[in-house]
Amino acid sequence: MKNKSKADLAQWAMEYTIKCGADEVAVSLSNSREIEIEFREQKLEKVKESTQNALSLNIYTQKRFSSHSTNDLRKDALKSFIEEAVASTKYLTADEFRTLPDPKLYPKDMEKDLHIFDNGYDKIESPDRVKIAQAIEAAAMAQSDQIISTTAGYSDGMYESVKVHSNGFLGESRSTSFWAGAEATVKDGDSGRPADWFYAGVRYHADLPSPAALGQEAVKRALRKVGQRKINSGRYTMIVENRSAARLLNMLISPMSARSIQQKRSFLDGMLDQKIASDKLTIIDDPFVEKGFSSRFFDSEGIATRHRVIIEKGVLRQYLIDNYYGRKLGLEPNSGSATNVMLDYGDQSLDELIKGVDKGILVTSFIGGNSNSTTGDFSFGIVGQFIENGTLVHAVNEMNISGNGKSFFNQLSAVGNDPYPYSSWRMASLQFDDVEFSGL
Amino acid sequence: MSHPISRREFIRKGSKGMIATALIPYFFKADPIHAFTIAGDGAQNLQHYYNHFGVDEKLIRQVMDEALSRGGDYCDLYFEHKVSQHIGLEDNDVNRAYSNVDFGVGIRVLKGDQTGYSFTEEITPKAMKQAARTAANIANGSANVTPQELKLREHPNYYPIKTPWEMVKIDAKIPYLQTINSRVFELDPRVIKCNVYFSNGTAMILIATSEGVVTFDYKPMGQLGVSCTAEQNGQREQNGFNLSGRRGIEFFTPENVERIATESVTRTVALFDAVKPEAGEMEVVLSAGSSGILLHEAIGHGMEADFNRKQVSIFSDKINKPVAEKFVTIVDDGTNPNIRGSINVDDEGNPTQKTYLVNNGILESYLHDRISSQYYNVAPTGSGRRQSFRHVPMPRMRNTYMLPGPHTRDEIIKSVKNGLLAEDFTNGQVAIGAGDFTFYVKSGYLIQNGELTKPVKDVNIIGNGPQVLKDIVMVANDFEMTEGGWTCGKNGQSVPVSMGLPTVKVSKITVGGVNS
Repeated sequence: MKNKSKADLAQWAMEYTIKCGADEVAVSLSNSREIEIEFREQKLEKVKESTQNALSLNIYTQKRFSSHSTNDLRKDALKSFIEEAVASTKYLTADEFRTLPDPKLYPKDMEKDLHIFDNGYDKIESPDRVKIAQAIEAAAMAQSDQIISTTAGYSDGMYESVKVHSNGFLGESRSTSFWAGAEATVKDGDSGRPADWFYAGVRYHADLPSPAALGQEAVKRALRKVGQRKINSGRYTMIVENRSAARLLNMLISPMSARSIQQKRSFLDGMLDQKIASDKLTIIDDPFVEKGFSSRFFDSEGIATRHRVIIEKGVLRQYLIDNYYGRKLGLEPNSGSATNVMLDYGDQSLDELIKGVDKGILVTSFIGGNSNSTTGDFSFGIVGQFIENGTLVHAVNEMNISGNGKSFFNQLSAVGNDPYPYSSWRMASLQFDDVEFSGL
Repeated sequence: MSHPISRREFIRKGSKGMIATALIPYFFKADPIHAFTIAGDGAQNLQHYYNHFGVDEKLIRQVMDEALSRGGDYCDLYFEHKVSQHIGLEDNDVNRAYSNVDFGVGIRVLKGDQTGYSFTEEITPKAMKQAARTAANIANGSANVTPQELKLREHPNYYPIKTPWEMVKIDAKIPYLQTINSRVFELDPRVIKCNVYFSNGTAMILIATSEGVVTFDYKPMGQLGVSCTAEQNGQREQNGFNLSGRRGIEFFTPENVERIATESVTRTVALFDAVKPEAGEMEVVLSAGSSGILLHEAIGHGMEADFNRKQVSIFSDKINKPVAEKFVTIVDDGTNPNIRGSINVDDEGNPTQKTYLVNNGILESYLHDRISSQYYNVAPTGSGRRQSFRHVPMPRMRNTYMLPGPHTRDEIIKSVKNGLLAEDFTNGQVAIGAGDFTFYVKSGYLIQNGELTKPVKDVNIIGNGPQVLKDIVMVANDFEMTEGGWTCGKNGQSVPVSMGLPTVKVSKITVGGVNS
């Protein structure tokens, strides 16, 4: 037990909840510390420091379920909170599927170091943080005389939690994260003030890119948008840059949840072991990636995470099954959420992919839009670059793409070799053929 | 953790992600009625808020002394106690309840336009002074401002309700969900799934500033909604409807309950016949009501003065210039009775108001918080809002709407040769600098030669803010405010908002669709 006082409080809350009449309970107790800095026009724009706590209870009593959270951890306050939480649960309708997970689903081994906690975190002093933000801003401003405004940012955080279940689970986790980067807005004649950002996020402070690289990349991205305009509607090849590709893949992941299936809100219902995407698409959920943003041994229900291939060469291999909806569907729970989402990466870089396109659009970000997990319909706004004969011709904006997730992923024709490192979804640049674009 | 994605400006509908409960919150138990009746003797009520948070003027001013000890020129304290409750019906049973309790104080110190911020979840003298010293460090000199004696600033109540949520037990709410569920299945045999949810919350806030303002507010919120899925010949469609506002349970009358059930079913089964429009630019008619999302994205965010102070908004150089036809007047208003985005007082202690963004076609005023109103040397517009005591206030919208115009809905629809009528929306987003904005049309109709023809669904619309304002060519006289549960996100902070519009015609805008 690494954090005794927290574990003791969680244990007490568990016992008190049972004493109040609950049959089973899961207690999570967490605390976090965050510091955020913004730097603009050579001075501090904002400094924010905070420490916070949270306790949450999942209560199961006579097959009835409710969930409650509070940040007021004074014992007297907690007592009333727990008493009322248990009392109110009794008004609900009994539901035979409401129980804690079967203990056999809890992780057996949690000893491996996932490298998600930087032991140097405590040694970082506030002036160091300010210096990074200041250096990013300076690097950004030095990059161009077309900058209207740039704001550099640095933040770091430490998060600890303990989870205790009355049927025998005890899990702890501890992590750090560090983010730094900038946003830049640049001049573009009379036609607007294009802006973009570049932020890197890492688990270890030493892994942050240099302030110069961060500032320069933000400005480079904003400048690239100068002169943006829409082009004719039509079907074009689309390359989606790695950092934006998660938006598309989420259209497949979200309807894989057991809740979507059970509630008949999934266009993937009945598609297990069927081909739903092109051979190029293999999606792997890997909870044990070192330094991964979603690396963990157990999920929010205490269920052991596992390495799993979700889509294998275009074939749907798994649904994401949580405890409750798994029971409702009669399926064995396997953890209802994805962790670090990886792909079977290809061998071409983004530049090489672009070189291979005669006429197409490189999408650098999505703006607005939505997708319908029941039917697969989607439509998103896009910002990017027009590609002709393998080169970027001009910036494009104010266009939409549309389609349906049932067929769209069959149009995937290439996966890049460039997993995006600053997210738990390590997407590569993706190329799709014949995508419906609307513009002029 | 601040993540770059969360900095984007967006709006979304519905209660997804809302945490809530089934309790009579213990901390309101002592004296709920007193907290609730903010009308009456102001001083006595202020004392009640002091007692509730366990503070008094002396302690507040001691904390302010610490906050200003490094040379800050202003500070404020924002005490908040909020309880949210949520119950849900799924597969015919009310089988889930959630609650959340949030308690703390945020301490902000300003030095010019620089901000130091800290908060604590323990409202004790020691914890508050410690947080104050942290926030104080935005400045690096010695104290030169003394906190003023606190004087109560009173304000009208724009959201009177009959029954405070603290007095409504879970068993009183359950029948609403069961009634709606039964009606939804009765209304159409094609319905196969129905989810009903009831969310409510109450926040008590107390704000004190070093300039001597002290004020408080009691903020109720209620939401009742349905999502349903229907099936026809193997095809499934899903849609929903909800009503939300700064309301008490009395708002959910039998008529409103029936409306929620009927609308959700009608809107779902209508999608069976829906098609995708042709891709590209076309005339778009926006139905009265939630089409106000156009204003929220096309102009509202761009008029938030923090963006203009930094010169990063496409509207930064357009104040006092014509931006639209003379019949276009757009306001952002915190005073609409019981509407979701209304506020009695903003989160910096300033009175709310009705602010004219565009007045008869001329761009008139930004939405200000303290920092921007000082920067522009104008009076605050009561637009400084924050998600909670954990967050710094920023200029935000409240209820954003367009006043009625000279045309009629019939005239507008008849005038369209080939276009789209947009009726129901789920979300939108804007790029402040470039002015690109989008909104997602869940359902609508094609218009051909002045007649509504086929229904359409799942279409994103994208345009440019200033261009679309110019392209508003007709405005009808049938104004409606939307009553759905809209939430606006900006820099990682969410606040409830609403919006409204009369039927409006935009001469051309890009519609996501298919290419023939």
